[in-house]
Amino acid sequence: MSTHRRTRSRARLLTGIATAASIIALTACGSGGSASEEAGGDVTIEFAQWWEPELPDGEFRSLIDTFEEENPGITVDLVSGPYASTKEQLFAGAASGTMPDVVGLDGAWVSDFAEQGVIADLTPLLEDAGFDDSQLVSQVKVDDSTYMVPVVNFVYPMFTNDDLLSQAGVSAPPETRTEFSDAAKSISDLDGDASGWVLPLSLEAPNGVQNDVMSWAWASGGTMLKDGQPDLTNDDVTSAVDFIGGMWDDGVIAPGSFTMKEQDKVEEFTNGRVGMMIDSLAHINLIRETNPDLKFSISAVPAADDYTGERGIPYASWGIGVAENSENKDAAAKLVSFLMSEDTNSELSTMANAFPGNTGSVPEFVEDDELFKTAFDIYQAGYPANEFVGLPVAEELMRQLGAQLQSAFDGQQSLSEALEKAQTEWEGEF
Amino acid sequence: MSLRTVTPPDPQTLLQGAPPRKRRQLRRAGESYGFLAPTLILLFVLMIVPIVMVIGYSFQDNVILKSSSEFAGADNYVTVLTDPAFWKATGNTVFFSTVSVAVHLVLGLTFAMLLNSPLISVTSRAIFRALYVLPWLFTAAVIAVLWRMLLSPNGIVNFLLNTDVEWLADPQLALGTATFINIWAGYPFFMVSLLAGLQGIPQDLHEAASIDGASQVQRFWNVTIPQLRPIIISLLLLDLIWTSQQFALIWLTTGGGPIDVTEMLSTYTYKLAFANYDFSLAATAAVLILLMSLVLAVLYVRHQKARD
Repeated sequence: MSTHRRTRSRARLLTGIATAASIIALTACGSGGSASEEAGGDVTIEFAQWWEPELPDGEFRSLIDTFEEENPGITVDLVSGPYASTKEQLFAGAASGTMPDVVGLDGAWVSDFAEQGVIADLTPLLEDAGFDDSQLVSQVKVDDSTYMVPVVNFVYPMFTNDDLLSQAGVSAPPETRTEFSDAAKSISDLDGDASGWVLPLSLEAPNGVQNDVMSWAWASGGTMLKDGQPDLTNDDVTSAVDFIGGMWDDGVIAPGSFTMKEQDKVEEFTNGRVGMMIDSLAHINLIRETNPDLKFSISAVPAADDYTGERGIPYASWGIGVAENSENKDAAAKLVSFLMSEDTNSELSTMANAFPGNTGSVPEFVEDDELFKTAFDIYQAGYPANEFVGLPVAEELMRQLGAQLQSAFDGQQSLSEALEKAQTEWEGEF
Repeated sequence: MSLRTVTPPDPQTLLQGAPPRKRRQLRRAGESYGFLAPTLILLFVLMIVPIVMVIGYSFQDNVILKSSSEFAGADNYVTVLTDPAFWKATGNTVFFSTVSVAVHLVLGLTFAMLLNSPLISVTSRAIFRALYVLPWLFTAAVIAVLWRMLLSPNGIVNFLLNTDVEWLADPQLALGTATFINIWAGYPFFMVSLLAGLQGIPQDLHEAASIDGASQVQRFWNVTIPQLRPIIISLLLLDLIWTSQQFALIWLTTGGGPIDVTEMLSTYTYKLAFANYDFSLAATAAVLILLMSLVLAVLYVRHQKARD
């Protein structure tokens, strides 16, 4: 073999080995911790949430910039994505032990994360950061430890289309279930394709069970739990579901319920195809922008005819927590304290059109906007009610009840059978 | 007359002596593996490791989310195989896949033959080909959103038909509707592949058949179909594998509902993993799906080998 050929052969051998080595090196570079400590004691913390894309462009980043200015040495890396992607990313991170330092949380996930031990008890962390937790409107606890603090809350009042109601001869938004079903019938009887009410029961995004079904029980002071265990066959839930079943039989619910999601519900209302819906306050601006001509009001969810007590109003939160695996829990706690402080929380709730998580914060829109003022009054007159928060596999519980209700509405079983079956399924999950 | 070339001895070899045969062999083997390494590493990291891990998870309890996972034997398999929801999902998947694939073939072949017709000019053929292939270009998310809007109770389909049918929300219609959407999304793959096959059939076969007095129908069954058979079998097996794993379209249109009428094996597994967070059962369902797909994959590979 000539020297030339041998050199070529060696070169080929080396190229092959070098390619393999570079692949291994690249693979190795892919792994790493979620936070890094840089030279000079500076730290970078990751904050994964779905809030930034839902807020006006750049506003959340500028709030975080203020935090960085106030806390030199801490850099916040925002990991933003839609709600569903954030959820999947956090569950994957929980499984692999690579959760970002600070995490946006939904109350429905807290129980699972706490059970896995991937989110930290916030009480000692906030105490160390010098934050007085008596300022917090609420805390989500599992086994007496706080794992999530709601940063802002979105309440779910009843929206009514003023024009449709007045065409149907209804002078004021209904306050009781009977008034509601009468109004729904009158709207459905009008000429045209409008329905009285809209009920999204999609199994892909089953939160309609929480916001549009169980809200009827909570509005009348009802509960779906007893001593922390499922109690779906009690009178509160049974009467609420029977009420909805009655409206289903009357044909006053907009068609397409079984695959309808929250955004479809808002679209139906915005386009004037339904007279009433229970929906998040966060959608007020979306409805106004999409259909500026639509006249609508906000009221409390109607209660049972004989109920006079305080009304529970469903809510959803943007919650926050700290990862147990974070190497910079101090910095993470400082960020949580900053977001929960009176001024920042006012600013954030104003941006999000939500109600603050700090008792002293007052969002600007409450003073500027009549509809928000009404909603704030409803919020203060009642109590925030969402029994799914903190439950194990909360979304699956909603899906199970949703599927049983679909089966009952489709005539395959009675409503009481649906509740009994859902009760059995829920018991298996607790 | 032949010339013999004498290679002069390599001075370095003379100095160091000839390398032992074993060393040379080792070097050659090292060189080969060096070149194969990138592929082998990728295959190992992206295929072997995940598959082995999932199979391992299926024999354990409390995997991933809890640190206290323990060996569970065949318990997970018993749980999944005795779950009526699994069998319902299997039945739905079989219906969805077989109907989709059968109609894909019929539609794809029909459109391919129309496009291959000498009656159509080259320009018209290009325009129709672009039009017919459009559904193949859309992603599942776009297709799902598009058809959800078209088929909504207030959508354009009901408007044109003057009906108020709940195409996706009615338990009696949902599976058929989801299958229809999948058929719409998938036929261009058959059409394009079969068109290429049709264009490859020698014209003299048709001419010979015509001279023998064969009618159009006889030529179709005795010339066209036998010539296309290898392509058709490959397409059928591939499409069956893909369709049986369809997830995005079902999830985004019906989420497996209403009730459980469009629940597929893919959505069933997804719910076990990401709604129940029961990764052991999800891994078990995934292994069962893998076994079912493996049957099809083996058939496909055997068919390919037979062709070669």
